[in-house]
Amino acid sequence: MQKLGMGQAINQALREEMQRDPRVFLAGEGIGVSINDSPMLPTAGLIDAFGPRRVKDTPVSEAAIAGLAVGAAAAGLRPVVEVMFNPFFTLASDMIVNHAAKLRYLSGGKTSFPLVVRVKSGAGFGAGCQHSHNLEAWVAHCPGLKVVMPATPRDAKGLLKSAIRDDNPVVFIEDMGLYFVPAEVPDGDDTIPIGKADVKRPGRDVTIVTWSKMLGVALEAAARLAERGVEVEVVDLRTLTPLDTDAILTSVRKTGRLVVLHEATRTGGFAGEIAALVMEKAFADLKAPLRRVTGPDIPVPASPPLEKFYIPDADQVVAAIEEIL
Amino acid sequence: MPISTRMKLDMLRTMVLARQFEDSLTLLCREPGKIAGMMILATGQEAVGAGVCAVLNADDVIITNHRSHHHLLARGADPKALMAEIFGRRTGCNKGKSGTLHLAVPEVNALCTTTVVGAGLPIAAGLGFAQQYESRDAVTVCFFGDGSTGEGSFHESLNLAGLWRLPVIFVCENNRYAGAQSYAEHTPVASLAARASAYGMPGESVDGNDAPAIAEATLRARERALAGEGPTLIECMTYRWHGHGEADRQRYQPADEIAAWKKKCPIERLAKALREAGELTDAELAGLWAEAAAIVADAVRYAEESPWPAPEEALDDVWVV
Ligand SMILES: Cc1ncc(C[n+]2csc(CCOP(=O)(O)OP(=O)(O)O)c2C)c(N)n1
Repeated sequence: MQKLGMGQAINQALREEMQRDPRVFLAGEGIGVSINDSPMLPTAGLIDAFGPRRVKDTPVSEAAIAGLAVGAAAAGLRPVVEVMFNPFFTLASDMIVNHAAKLRYLSGGKTSFPLVVRVKSGAGFGAGCQHSHNLEAWVAHCPGLKVVMPATPRDAKGLLKSAIRDDNPVVFIEDMGLYFVPAEVPDGDDTIPIGKADVKRPGRDVTIVTWSKMLGVALEAAARLAERGVEVEVVDLRTLTPLDTDAILTSVRKTGRLVVLHEATRTGGFAGEIAALVMEKAFADLKAPLRRVTGPDIPVPASPPLEKFYIPDADQVVAAIEEIL
Repeated sequence: MPISTRMKLDMLRTMVLARQFEDSLTLLCREPGKIAGMMILATGQEAVGAGVCAVLNADDVIITNHRSHHHLLARGADPKALMAEIFGRRTGCNKGKSGTLHLAVPEVNALCTTTVVGAGLPIAAGLGFAQQYESRDAVTVCFFGDGSTGEGSFHESLNLAGLWRLPVIFVCENNRYAGAQSYAEHTPVASLAARASAYGMPGESVDGNDAPAIAEATLRARERALAGEGPTLIECMTYRWHGHGEADRQRYQPADEIAAWKKKCPIERLAKALREAGELTDAELAGLWAEAAAIVADAVRYAEESPWPAPEEALDDVWVV
């Protein structure tokens, strides 16, 4: 099987979907001609393969890029647009939040907006808080948007294919740290359904629910605890909206213990939503209070020791699990 | 008002310092693990910071962007505190919170810096509004790139500032690129200065490698602003010698284009003019370079010897307490 970084896997999904469907086009800042010519990046080489008619480099204009997607989708195309860094989603957000998410509803179900907004996110590259700010909980708070956050190259490829074929607007959030971590990706048209979580490691003692880059942290903590005989089950959510409540509840009912792990800040973070779900539906199954391991409630600082302090690590996850065992 | 020889010599000194500062960063950022994050430099664009800031008063305010080193040095920011911040140290001007991208130096009235493209313009309107509101004898300068004019914030801010006659000088540093997109690939009109008329203000295009010309244009705009006549848009035509960031291999920038612009070096140009006017000797010029090299070496040493912030210091400075 081929081994690809997540950026390359996304690149394959884009290529295959563009070949499959002439209505699919890409737009964004530097997605054709880029300041970074690494072949590991999601849009590398696509302008050579598909030309500037279908791979549109735009001005620095997030509102117009997002609006372009909304309009083109309403008119029957299947746009895949890129937001260069998650914080700049705020500039695109009127078009995504007030329009892509609401216009179908406002039309009484008569219009649809089959578009994908790819958002590059994640801390860990020393650029500071105007480049690193995980905003998935904001987006998940908006009815009408699907929110996908893959953790592996295979999931990224399969989920992006599903997102492009989906008739709803999908916000597809990619942690840039994962672009450079190779893993196996099946050849061919391997789609993965939106809205289905995946148990990445089975276990009976405690459940970690996580997504995106924090999957690696969860698996590291699970491996360390396994040496001490603690069997951790790691549930990779993959999609925040629609939420796979069955997968979460099934695991928690089995283990009776829950840690929710995300890189985003704590207050108002999506861990709170999962905690509420479990309290409402599986309170009686809990053997101990649940725990959240998240970024602290601060903007992501630039200096390496400060940024390291921000990003949740396996030590914190192990400590949280020890508290509730 | 003509620009005095004294001011020209100051501008030259400022540009030489900025060049030395950034040339040292070009080398330092290649050393693995030395400096985190992206390294975005303004090599070749030094005349903009030097020319504009030469005619500002201490009370005037500036707001800059991701490509800020030359603006801040021209404004008189301490090279040691800047360098330490770029190195992520506790002694940096922002205690390691910013790194190189959003250096804020309130000590020189660079109250805040943003790396969100175009975001400086509406904030500049607010800074200028405060000056107008309290009838302060001061103006606001906003530095931004040609690419920023693609953002709605450019148009909204110029409209508002024009409407309310805010004392703001919008300085567009047109270095011919926004990331990998050349000017013609991101803007359909030849002149950004021409856009000023749409917002009820004068727009002026100046040679962005001619520091005294930039200073003169800024003086005119400043006088206009202080007289209550409102904002001005100044477009400085210059060029980005390096890639967008230092990791950028510039595949999309034609080599002959880069070479042609390097021949128009703003530092050599002003030095030549001063020499020809008999205002500068070769020895004095060499002295300026040596002085700048010593300042930068000192700043690098200071940064390297400075302590890292303790991890928990990440929790500080979110709130006013
Ligand atoms: C809102 C926003 N979109 C995208 C970016 C990424 N980005 C950083 S600099 C840049 C190009 C800006 O071009 P310009 O304004 O001309 O300034 P220059 O870099 O040429 O100095 C881009 C697209 C950003 N920082 N902010």
